[in-house]
Amino acid sequence: MNIVVCIKQVPDTESVIKIAGDGKSIDTGDIKWVMNPYDEFGVEEALRIVKDQGGEVTVVGAGPARVVEALRTALAMGADKAVHIQDDDLYGADPIAVAKMLAKAIEPLSPDVVFFGQRAVDDDSGVVSSAVAEYLGMPQLSVITKLEIADGKVKGTRPIEGQTVVLEASLPAVISAQKGLNEPRYASLPGIMKAKKKPLETKTPADLGAERSDFIEIATLNPPPDRAPGKTVEGETAQELAANLAKLLKEEAKVI
Amino acid sequence: MDFELSMEQDILRKTVRDFAEKEIAPVARELDQKEFFSLDTCRAMGELGLFGMIVSEDYGGQGMDYVSYIIAVEEIARIDGSHAATIAAGNSLGISPLFYYGSEEQKMKYLPKLCTGEGLWGFGLTEPGAGSDAGNSATTAVLDGDEWVINGSKIFITNASAPNSMGVTVMCKTGKREDGRDELSCILVELGTPGFEAREMHGKMMWRASNTSELYFDDCRVPKENLLGTRGKGFHQMLETLDGGRLSIGAMGVGGAQGAYELALRYSKERVQFNKPVASFQVNAFKLADMAMEIEAARLLLYNACWLRDNHKFFSKHAAMAKLYASEVMGRVTDQAVQLHGGYGLMQEYDVERFYRDYKLLTIGEGTSEIQRLVIARLIGAI
Repeated sequence: MNIVVCIKQVPDTESVIKIAGDGKSIDTGDIKWVMNPYDEFGVEEALRIVKDQGGEVTVVGAGPARVVEALRTALAMGADKAVHIQDDDLYGADPIAVAKMLAKAIEPLSPDVVFFGQRAVDDDSGVVSSAVAEYLGMPQLSVITKLEIADGKVKGTRPIEGQTVVLEASLPAVISAQKGLNEPRYASLPGIMKAKKKPLETKTPADLGAERSDFIEIATLNPPPDRAPGKTVEGETAQELAANLAKLLKEEAKVI
Repeated sequence: MDFELSMEQDILRKTVRDFAEKEIAPVARELDQKEFFSLDTCRAMGELGLFGMIVSEDYGGQGMDYVSYIIAVEEIARIDGSHAATIAAGNSLGISPLFYYGSEEQKMKYLPKLCTGEGLWGFGLTEPGAGSDAGNSATTAVLDGDEWVINGSKIFITNASAPNSMGVTVMCKTGKREDGRDELSCILVELGTPGFEAREMHGKMMWRASNTSELYFDDCRVPKENLLGTRGKGFHQMLETLDGGRLSIGAMGVGGAQGAYELALRYSKERVQFNKPVASFQVNAFKLADMAMEIEAARLLLYNACWLRDNHKFFSKHAAMAKLYASEVMGRVTDQAVQLHGGYGLMQEYDVERFYRDYKLLTIGEGTSEIQRLVIARLIGAI
C-alpha cells in the first residue's frame, strides 16, 4: 500500500494571533508552528494501515522552510519519507493554488490512498483535499471517522446529524480525516532520532512544473470583537430584579 | 553565538509537552494527594523514550545530547515535579553511572531494560549520618573471597523501591587509602539479593508521587564483579554523577517555575477584583514580569551549562550555578504564584500549591544551596 499524507503547518492553537499591518494576514513573528491537528489523524491512520498491510508512507507539505519541522515530526511518528514543496509566499494562498501544487507533487508518487485532515485549523477553508482529488481524478471520502481498506476498495464512515453514512469507493482514493478516526501517537524520542536520517526531498513549484494561480485573495482579516463587559442587574426587590433582568434579556440581549 | 535550538530539540519539546499535558496533567494532583508512584505513567514515559536519553543506541538509549535531555525534564517539570523526579533520577543517577563507568557486561545486562523504563535503578549515596558530608560514608563493603559483604544503610534514595525497581548503585567504604582517608567505591546490588532491603519512605512534603527509599544492607553478599569501574574511584564517580544531576535539578527548577508562572498568569488574567482582572494592577503585573524575566535568565544559565557539557568543556561551575539559581528562582516564582492566587492558592484544588511544595526539594537535594555556593566559591578561588 503506497500512502501519501498531506500536511499543513499551522499556528499552535495556544499562540496569540495578531493581525499584521496589511490587514490581510497574521503577524507570524511570535508564532509557534505545529502540524495541523486533523492531519495527525491522517498520519496515524496511514501508519496503522502500513503496519497491517505493508507499504510506505510519504508525507507532503508546502510552504516556507519552517514547514520542514512539521514534516520531520511526521517522520518521527513513523512516516518513511517526505517531500517539501518550498515556496515562501504560499502561506495564506488560495487553497486551489495550493491544491494544484500538491497534486503535481503527489501524482508521480502514484499513491493508493491520499490522506488529508478534513480542514486546517488556521483558515478553516476545507477545500484543498477535494481540489486535489479532482486534479488527480480520484474519488474522495470526506470527514471520515472510521476506515476499512480491503481488496482494492475503501469504505469510510462519516457521522452526520444523529446518524452515520458509509461511503465506498475503489482505490486510489482521497480521504479527509475527522477527529475520532484514531488517537494519534506521539513522535517518540527514538523516532525523533531516526527521523533525522529519513529522506526529505525539497522541490520548488518550478521543479514540479506548477504555476501559481490564485483565483481568490483575502480581502480583510478581522479580529474577534472585544467581549462586552458584564452587566449587573439593578433593583431593590426580587420582583424588580426579575423584571429588569427580563427587560435586559428581551431588549438588549434579544434572546427572549 | 547561536541560541537556536535544533529542529530535533524543537520537536522533542513539543512532543514531551504534549505528552505531559495529556498523560500526566490529568492524574498529577490525585497521585500527589495519595502519595502514590504510578507504574502506568512511568511505563508511558518509558515508551516515549524518556529513560536513557543520553545513552547510545547500542545499549537501547536514544543517543541524544544533554540539552535535549534537559528540555525533556523541563517539560515534565512544567506539569509535575514528581514525574520529572522519576525521569531526572532515572537518567542522571540510575543510568548515568552504569553507562559511564560500567563494564561492557554490566552495561549489556542492565541498560537495555533501564532505557525502556521497564526497570528503574537507584543511586545509594546519602546516609542518615552523611548528607552534605557525603564522603563520610559509614556503609562498608569488605571483600571476602569472591564476594563483597556490604553493611550499612542509605536514605532518601529515589527509584529504589518502585514496583519496577531492579537495583541500586551503592557507595561504600572499601578500605583505607595510603593517605589515611577512606577508600570509597561503588558497587551494584540487585533487588532481591539476600541481606538487602529497600523500604519505601512515606510522609513526604514534596515529590509525593515519586518513589523514595531507605536501603538496608545486612551482611549482603554480591559477586566481586559487581564493583562499578575502578576500586577507590567511588567518590570521584559520585562527584561526576552529581555534576550531571545538578543540571537535571536545574531543569526541574526552570520547568517548575515555568509551570507555576503560567498558572499564575492565567489565573490573574481571569480573576476579577475591583472590576478589573488582578493582572492589570501594576503591583501584580510587575510580579509576573519579574517571574518571566527570572525564568528566562535561569534557562539561559542552564542551557549554557548543558552546552558546555555537550561540547566537552569544563561545566562544574556552571552546573552548580544553574542548579542553585534555577532552584531559588522556582522558590521566588512559586511564592508569588501562590500569592497571586490569593486564598485559592492555599487549596489543593489549585495545582499551584503543589508547585509551591515541590520546589523545596530543589534547594536541598543533589547538593544543598549551601554546598552549591561552596562549590562555586572554590571554583572562583574565593576559598
